[in-house]
Amino acid sequence: MGVLQYVAKRVGLYLAVLFIGLTITFFLPRLLPTNPIDAYISQLQSRANGQLTAEAIIQLRTNLEELYGLKGNLFSQYLGYLNRVIFHLDFGPSFTYYPTPVSSMILTALPWTLGLLLIATLIAWVLGNLVGVVAGYFHTKRAATVLEVVGILLYPIPYYILAVSVILLLAYVIPIFPLSPTFPVGPLTPALVGSIVYNSTLPALTLVLAGFGWNILSMKALAVATTEEPYVTFARLKGTSNWTRMVRYVFRNAMLPQVTALALSLGTVFNGALLTEILFSYPGVGLLMRTAASSGDYDVLYGAITLSIVAVATAGLVIDLIYPLLDPRIRHR
Amino acid sequence: MSDIRDTAVSPADLAAAEPAPKATPGRRERASWLWLLNARLVLGLIIIAIFLLGSFVLPLFAPHDPAQQATYMKNLKISPAHWLGTNGLGQDTLWYLIFAVRNSLILGIFVGIGISAISTAIGLSAGFIGGAYERIVMLIVDSFITIPLLPILIILGALIRGNNNFFTIGLIIVIFGWAWNARTIRSMVLSLREREFINMARFSGAGTLAILVREIFPYVSAYLVVGFINTILFAINTEATLAVIGLSKVDVPTLGSIIFWALNYNALFTGNTTWLVAPIVATILLFLGLFLTSTGFNAAFASRRGVA
Repeated sequence: MGVLQYVAKRVGLYLAVLFIGLTITFFLPRLLPTNPIDAYISQLQSRANGQLTAEAIIQLRTNLEELYGLKGNLFSQYLGYLNRVIFHLDFGPSFTYYPTPVSSMILTALPWTLGLLLIATLIAWVLGNLVGVVAGYFHTKRAATVLEVVGILLYPIPYYILAVSVILLLAYVIPIFPLSPTFPVGPLTPALVGSIVYNSTLPALTLVLAGFGWNILSMKALAVATTEEPYVTFARLKGTSNWTRMVRYVFRNAMLPQVTALALSLGTVFNGALLTEILFSYPGVGLLMRTAASSGDYDVLYGAITLSIVAVATAGLVIDLIYPLLDPRIRHR
Repeated sequence: MSDIRDTAVSPADLAAAEPAPKATPGRRERASWLWLLNARLVLGLIIIAIFLLGSFVLPLFAPHDPAQQATYMKNLKISPAHWLGTNGLGQDTLWYLIFAVRNSLILGIFVGIGISAISTAIGLSAGFIGGAYERIVMLIVDSFITIPLLPILIILGALIRGNNNFFTIGLIIVIFGWAWNARTIRSMVLSLREREFINMARFSGAGTLAILVREIFPYVSAYLVVGFINTILFAINTEATLAVIGLSKVDVPTLGSIIFWALNYNALFTGNTTWLVAPIVATILLFLGLFLTSTGFNAAFASRRGVA
């Protein structure tokens, strides 16, 4: 019964996050004084050298409102929006690349983001936690303090500083990696994959460094607390080795809150990934959003943010659903 | 409450969850721990004091508005006249940096006050009142934590571009940034709610508001300092992030806008590395100072108040 209850609670939260997220994205632009349609029309007007007649503009406005689901009162617009987004994954066409539907643009960019994010987060989580458990288990030893200092120095540095420093150090001072990365498209030949990996190393390194510090600090604190538990003392009296105690007693228990924390911090990690993509011109959702923001392509922006919310919430749900497999106490409650 | 999500603690708390000095081991060890805790706090406070003094006093002596372009020759090297050289826009790099630190700090402090007020009210009430109110509030809090902030800020930045001012950005950060602190405060209240002295106060006839203000708030107030400093970090970071990708008000000097201009004017290709290195070093030092102060405070308070 315990697991069912847990899953139901978690799915409930998932639906709530999606609902609140979609509602915010819907109402946000409508509460602001600016109107994207006005902006778009004035853009067309200037492109036509001011030769559009008043009737043509009214015609254009009705067409655009129809096209972008802006007809009717706010409530019916809202229902229409939820219906289109949830049941049809339809975000309308892109302004800039007109007939191309937004969903296909995002679906091209999403695998890039997910690939980078998953690999970097996994590396940062595993490495950070391993270093953290060593630092925490041997917290009375002076050498372990050095590990913690690494975490303290790394953790507060923001993503954009890490990204720029990594470029400065590894592409400018020591030119190992390209200063302006290129990501060719085409069939996946080994050479192309190699080039993609080579060009993605710096963005990935940025994300790993950013996650690494937090994981060390957090895991260290948890491991220190776990080391004081009576069952660890019992294990020591039983004659188990240091290694067994650290890995099977301390790490196994201290890891659990870290899994939950990972699920909660996904939003922040995702923000960092978007920013890193923009700074490295990496062809993911972040770059797509940045280009859309500068060209005023609002459909692409809303599509990207909606899918971001869905992706982050789903990843959080998946992590939390894996959790009972790691923690037998939930399964047997 | 058997909600396991409650086990998640904000990073600063974890970082500071140092074992509090214990009474049992010998006095020498206890003294060494106290020294370590103080060292963090002292180091952090010194860094912050230098930044605060430097960025608020020095601008009074500024020879001119550092944001004014083409005041000097472009890309001058380091010299006695320009300690960090000039940048690709003909501005003095050092004076620009000083104003940037000041503006970022002002923004951070204002956002910090706003977020502390909102998150304290929400966290205290959710933790203490409980019931359906708490469940609904926590649902909203968890949603705000899960929803990635940057995409929302990118949309807002694109929509209000041109007619935004610097403090609109601060306001937006407040609206979307209160959730983490509210969550932490609520979990502290949860652990306090079951304590003897709270029951004592209630049985003595104290009302909910009186208990919140007079019994629980003193415990939470220590965390408020920590939360406030963390929020300054968060606010400066968020604004700078937006500025670096050109979606904040980039003509206001901030720690992010320097990097925006340096990247846009290809500081690396023109060989003007100080333009890029100076803000990086300043940001890292400032953030390290704020972080050390926040964890130092937290550790010092944790040992005194006896609540984690």
